[in-house]
Amino acid sequence: MTEPSASGGKLAPTGELSLDYAPAPESIAPVRLASQYGLFVGGEMLEPVRERLAPTVNPATGEVLAEVSVADAADVDRAVAAARSAWEGGWRDLPGAERAKYLYRVARLLQERAREFAVLETMDGGKPIRESRDVDVPLAAAHFFYYAGWADKLDYAFSGRRAAPVGVAAQVIPWNFPLLMAAWKLAPALACGNTAVLKPAPTTPLTALLLTEVLRDAELPAGVVNIVTGDDATGAALVSHPGVDKVAFTGSTEAGRVIGAEVAGTGKRLTLELGGKAANIVFEDAALDQVTEGIVNGIYFNGGQVCCAGSRLLVQESVADAVVGKLRRRMDTLRVGDPLDKNTDIGAINSQAQLDRIAELVASGVAEGAELYSPPCELPDRGFFHPPALFTNVSTAHRIAREEIFGPVLSVLTFRTAAEAVAKANNTPYGLSAGIWTEKGSRILWMADQMQAGVVWANTFNRFDPASPFGGYRESGYGREGGRSGLLPYVGLVA
Amino acid sequence: MTERLAVNKTYKQFIGGAFERSESGRSYPVVGAGGELLAHAVQGSRKDVRDAVAAARSAQGGWAGRTAYNRGQILYRVAEVMESRRDEFAAEVARAGDGCDHSAAAAETAAAIDRWVWYAGWADKFATVLGGVNPVAGPYFNLSVPEPVGVVGIVAPDEPPLLPLVSRLAPVIVSGNTAVVLASERGPLAAVTLAETLALSDVLAGVVNIITGRRDELVPPLADHAAVDSLDISGCDSQQSANAARQAAATITRVVSASAAEQQWAAEAAQSPYLIDAFCETKTVWHPKGR
Repeated sequence: MTEPSASGGKLAPTGELSLDYAPAPESIAPVRLASQYGLFVGGEMLEPVRERLAPTVNPATGEVLAEVSVADAADVDRAVAAARSAWEGGWRDLPGAERAKYLYRVARLLQERAREFAVLETMDGGKPIRESRDVDVPLAAAHFFYYAGWADKLDYAFSGRRAAPVGVAAQVIPWNFPLLMAAWKLAPALACGNTAVLKPAPTTPLTALLLTEVLRDAELPAGVVNIVTGDDATGAALVSHPGVDKVAFTGSTEAGRVIGAEVAGTGKRLTLELGGKAANIVFEDAALDQVTEGIVNGIYFNGGQVCCAGSRLLVQESVADAVVGKLRRRMDTLRVGDPLDKNTDIGAINSQAQLDRIAELVASGVAEGAELYSPPCELPDRGFFHPPALFTNVSTAHRIAREEIFGPVLSVLTFRTAAEAVAKANNTPYGLSAGIWTEKGSRILWMADQMQAGVVWANTFNRFDPASPFGGYRESGYGREGGRSGLLPYVGLVA
Repeated sequence: MTERLAVNKTYKQFIGGAFERSESGRSYPVVGAGGELLAHAVQGSRKDVRDAVAAARSAQGGWAGRTAYNRGQILYRVAEVMESRRDEFAAEVARAGDGCDHSAAAAETAAAIDRWVWYAGWADKFATVLGGVNPVAGPYFNLSVPEPVGVVGIVAPDEPPLLPLVSRLAPVIVSGNTAVVLASERGPLAAVTLAETLALSDVLAGVVNIITGRRDELVPPLADHAAVDSLDISGCDSQQSANAARQAAATITRVVSASAAEQQWAAEAAQSPYLIDAFCETKTVWHPKGR
């Protein structure tokens, strides 16, 4: 990589290249918001529950976008009853080919309204429009399209066994990929002949509520999907409801422990997709410019608010200085700010609470003696923002090397031998993902075998596809979403 | 001439490849169908459970590191050794106290041997059936493979004493897991005799560890142990199951239990590659394609 020259652009006082961009905001015109939202039960958008409303805020501005209903135990009970009655009343017996066609319709409708979903996702959650437009929404549509195709082919999925639906699925999803997580949960559940009650995260309910229009336009039978917005108590009421046959949760490991204990002894099936602290391992022979882009994508994608984020960089000692140097220069060019701006690389942090948690962990890193680098960047004067951060001189004992930060914060550690890289990479209770960067094929395959992680990205990072199973080892949870494996949580295998 | 006095066997636990009494020094009487004393089995302790988990943990890498072909041959060897001791197993099963006659005991023994053979053949095939290449929408090679979850705790069904134990154990170890088994509380003797055949079958020390004793005392330390990655609670009653699952939740331990169909132990439905899968993690590896 050549150093930037003075003729390549205007020189900032530091001597680094400065690139000015004109603002390129995405229009919010396609989005039509109601001021208040009710629950989606039995195919109806119910009237807002006026005595229990909670605001959902645009994290980039702090402005309230709308108020949504907070479902209580009685509301959850109605939603589960609607799902049960839809299941017994026809969905479980519908030919797979017909279920498939409903799901294909959902996929197509999502594609048709992609821009509207992308803008709303960015407004409600704070992620850059570039990501919601190019990743979240297309992948959500792709998931429905992929699992639509399985609905009438389940007899070919499991050798010697027939796949029977389970019943009513309770699905609790997080705020980092709101629509995509809804798709990951709903598409396989419905394809396998189950009905669902979905609970979106409290800070990002709007794309799930917009999805109800798609379900309506797809003429999905009433009660096959029910959506209950609310808080942790809503989620607890849903997970512990006796009318639920299957619980699927994506969120923190701490919440996963609670749900596991709640479900224990009930006979409900359970899958969990929980936290992570992924190692991104760079060997000295790797293509370092590609590595730099991969590291940036690994940790700053969605502002690091990703369970599989490559938050621990393990770099071979001989190239550590070179990699950190390239990384710092690359970080200097990252654009932090308005998520609706098409040039933005790092948008808003999802909530004040999450920003506080990131700030607290960054402060702990400094207090424990690690060295913090953040590029000089002007943050917006309102909303929740955190600059990209890089810690060097990190020890494996530091909190920033052990705890999931869920923010744009990278901890750099070094290693000398492959065996040491393996030991350090696996030195965590988590096991969701890992990255390996080397030009040596045999080393990739050996390292991939050694990783205690459900997804291993070699010479790439943060790739997702509906055909590719995703999910963790150890305390990152159990069960897989995506691919044929993603059917298993939603079927009983009958001989 | 006096009649020859029989030499009775001392039934010990099997931990890390060695036959040991409990560190607690305790034993409990095991009685047959007529109430007669068959033997004093070891009454294992929570310390024994912890030792067994440690043995299983240290054996796991080496066992998973064996080639699939080698693990298949070793499981087949278990069947060979059991076959040569068929009469002994049948007699053990018949005496166990569930009132089964000799022909039923012989049938159970034969089914248990055949189950080892069935799973032995899966060692180098289940990854083909359960994993594979995923056609992702981009220039990437994407491969999913099932890998052993690690250390599995197995609470063996109480009766019959042999076939359910083998039916739950074989699919766990064939993929490269190691196991800590709580034998049937009422009829633990066949499990100990199985351990003797395992010790003669090239199954590495620590791959299978067998603890005998009281369920109420032994299940909690097994379910609670952070180094246990998956738990098969097929042999637990509903209260023990609920408690074990609650404990397991604290460390996100995967909990598995035999379905009603799988509990038809002699039936085809009791064996399945998806039972191997239940004790595996799916690992998916991506790599870009390029010139």
